[in-house]
Amino acid sequence: MTEQVSLLIVDDEPSVRDSLMHWFLQEGYRVETAAEAMEALGRMRDSSFDIILLDIKMPGMDGIELQRRLKEIDSQLAIVIMTAYASVDTAIQALKQGAYDYITKPVDPDDLSRLIRNAAVQRRLMRENLTLKEEIRSLVSTNQIVGESHQMLEVLKTIQTVAQSDVTVMIQGASGTGKELVARAIHFNSRRKYFPLITLNCGAMTDTLVESELFGHERGAFTGAQYRRKGKLELAHKGALFLDEIGNIGPKTQMDLLRVIETKRFTRVGGNEVVQADFRIISATNKNLEDAVKEGTFREDLYYRLNVFNIQLPSLKERTSDIPLLVNHFVAKFATAMNKPFTGVDAGAMELLKQKSWPGNVRELQNAMERAVVLGKPPLITAPDLAGLVEQSPLSEADEVLPLAQIEKRHIQLALDKSGGNVSLAAQLLQVDRATVYNKIKKYGLLY
Amino acid sequence: MILLIAIDFRGDIDYLRDQIGTRFHSKVDVSINGLDPKPFLNPDRNQFNSTSIIQRLEKDAPSTASKVLAVTSLDLYIPILTFVFGEARLNGQCAVVSSYRLDNRSYGLPDNPSLLQERLLKESIHELGHTFGLIHCQNPDCVMKSSTYVEEIDFKSSRFCLACMDSCATALSRLK
Repeated sequence: MTEQVSLLIVDDEPSVRDSLMHWFLQEGYRVETAAEAMEALGRMRDSSFDIILLDIKMPGMDGIELQRRLKEIDSQLAIVIMTAYASVDTAIQALKQGAYDYITKPVDPDDLSRLIRNAAVQRRLMRENLTLKEEIRSLVSTNQIVGESHQMLEVLKTIQTVAQSDVTVMIQGASGTGKELVARAIHFNSRRKYFPLITLNCGAMTDTLVESELFGHERGAFTGAQYRRKGKLELAHKGALFLDEIGNIGPKTQMDLLRVIETKRFTRVGGNEVVQADFRIISATNKNLEDAVKEGTFREDLYYRLNVFNIQLPSLKERTSDIPLLVNHFVAKFATAMNKPFTGVDAGAMELLKQKSWPGNVRELQNAMERAVVLGKPPLITAPDLAGLVEQSPLSEADEVLPLAQIEKRHIQLALDKSGGNVSLAAQLLQVDRATVYNKIKKYGLLY
Repeated sequence: MILLIAIDFRGDIDYLRDQIGTRFHSKVDVSINGLDPKPFLNPDRNQFNSTSIIQRLEKDAPSTASKVLAVTSLDLYIPILTFVFGEARLNGQCAVVSSYRLDNRSYGLPDNPSLLQERLLKESIHELGHTFGLIHCQNPDCVMKSSTYVEEIDFKSSRFCLACMDSCATALSRLK
C-alpha cells in the first residue's frame, strides 16, 4: 500500500463501530469512529478521510442529512451507506444523492472488503484526476505567447474571447509567427481542454494520405492496411482538430472536409459504417486563401466554413518592440535547458537583433538564440555569437553573395524538411523530377 | 508463554499447540473449556460475537500469558459481517479463531480432517500475527494475506513472508 487509506465509521451502535474499526485496522487502513453526526462533522474538521462508512439510522441528524453535509465539506468523499434490510429505499435515496454504494447489514466479509478496496481506488483516481487537471491548467496558458506590443495584446485578447466559444477558427500568419502556439492556447483555454488536440499537417501530404489520416481506414482498405485505424477526426472526438497548412489540401479533400464539417459524420476509407464525432476545427495557413479562392484553387464554401473567426498573426517585423522581450525569453529558456548561466544579451547584440528583418519570424529568432546559447560564453551573449548565426538562416535576407552550391544545398534541404522527408513531394515543390532530388541528396549528403 | 483456550472445540488441540510453539519459538499452554460461550450467543443469528469474546478474554487473561488465542468450533460473527473466521486485537494480547467455517461440511462438501487442520493452523497463526502488530500482507503466499472466503485460505501458505517474519521476530524479541 503506497498511501494509507483513511476511513471514518459513523454508527451509533458501539459494537458495530468497535468491531469494524478492528477489522479495518488489520487491513492497514487508518480508522476513526464517530457515534453520531455532530461528532463525525467534528472529525472532518480535524482530519481528512477517503471513505466514510455511514449508518443511515442514527438519533439526531440522520445519515442522509449527514451525507449532504459531508459532501459539502469534501465533494470527492466516497460514502458507503450501511443499512438494515428494512431501509433499502432510504439507501437508494442516498445513492441518488451521490453515495458511492450501500451495504445491507450483515454483509459478507468478501463483499465489504472488495467494496472498500474499490472505493479507495476510485478516490485515488479522482484525486489523481484533479491533480492532473491542475497541472494541465498550469502548464498550458497564454503565458507561453510572449509579446507586449499592441498587436500581440490584441491577439491574446482575441484568444481569450474565442476560446470560450466553440466557433471554428482560422489562424493566418507568415511562417514562424506561432500559429500552432495560438491554436494550442485556444484549445487549452476552451471547455474542450481535457480532451485531445489532434494536429494534422496537411502541407506535407498527398490528397490520398490526408484522406486516410483524417477519416481513418478499415482493414484491407488498401495495400498495407492490415488493421482498422482511427482517423484524426475520430481521435479528436470531444476535443479539437488542428489543421496546419490547410491551404495545401487538394480539391477532393476540400470537398470531403466540407461535408464532414457540415455533418460531423463520415465513413472510414474502405468502410460503410458511419462514424459520428464531436470536434472543433482550428486551421492555420501562411497563404492568402482569399487569393486562392479567387484563383479557384480553394473552395469558397470551405473557406467560409473554416474562416468563421479569423486571427491574423503579425510578423516579427510588425512588432519589433517585442524583440527584446522575446530574446530574453529564449535566452532564459535555452540557458535553463542547457544549464548555462546566461543572464541575457549585451547592448551590441540586442541592437543587431533589433535591426535584422527576421523573414522567418519568431521561429528564426528562436533558432538564432538557441545557437547563440550553444556557442556563447556566459553570462552575456555578444554580437559575435550572433552575427554569423543570423545570416546562416536559410530564410534570412542575404547581405552578401554566397556560393550557388551553398544556396542550392540549403534550398533542397528546406524542401525536404517541408515535405517531411517525402522526396516526391520535395521534387514537386522544387518543380524538378525525383531523380534530380536524389542526385542532389547524394551530392550534398542531405538528411531526409 | 502463549495460552490456547479451547472453547467448545472438537479438533486436535495438541497439533495446534505443537505447531504454534514451533512457529513462534514460544512455550504454549492449553486450557480446555476455559470460557463459557453462552453469554456471547446471538440467538437471532445463532452465532457467537467474537468482539465480545475478545473483550472477555482481555479481562480474564493471566498476566503470565504474552498472547491468548481462543480456539472454537462455534460460528463467530461481528455485528456488521455475516461471519468471521477469527478476530484479533492488533498489537494486543488476545485473539479468537473458529474452525466452523473452515470445515468442508459447512459448504456441503465431504469431510476432510487434514485440510481442516491445515486451515485452522493458518488462521491461528494469522490471528496471532495480528496480536504481534502485523497487518494484512499483499504477498499471496504469506499467511498474513487477508482471506475473506475459505478457498483463499488454501491459496496461501502457513508461513510468514520475509518482511512479516522480520516484523514478528522484532515483536517477539521485545516480549522476551
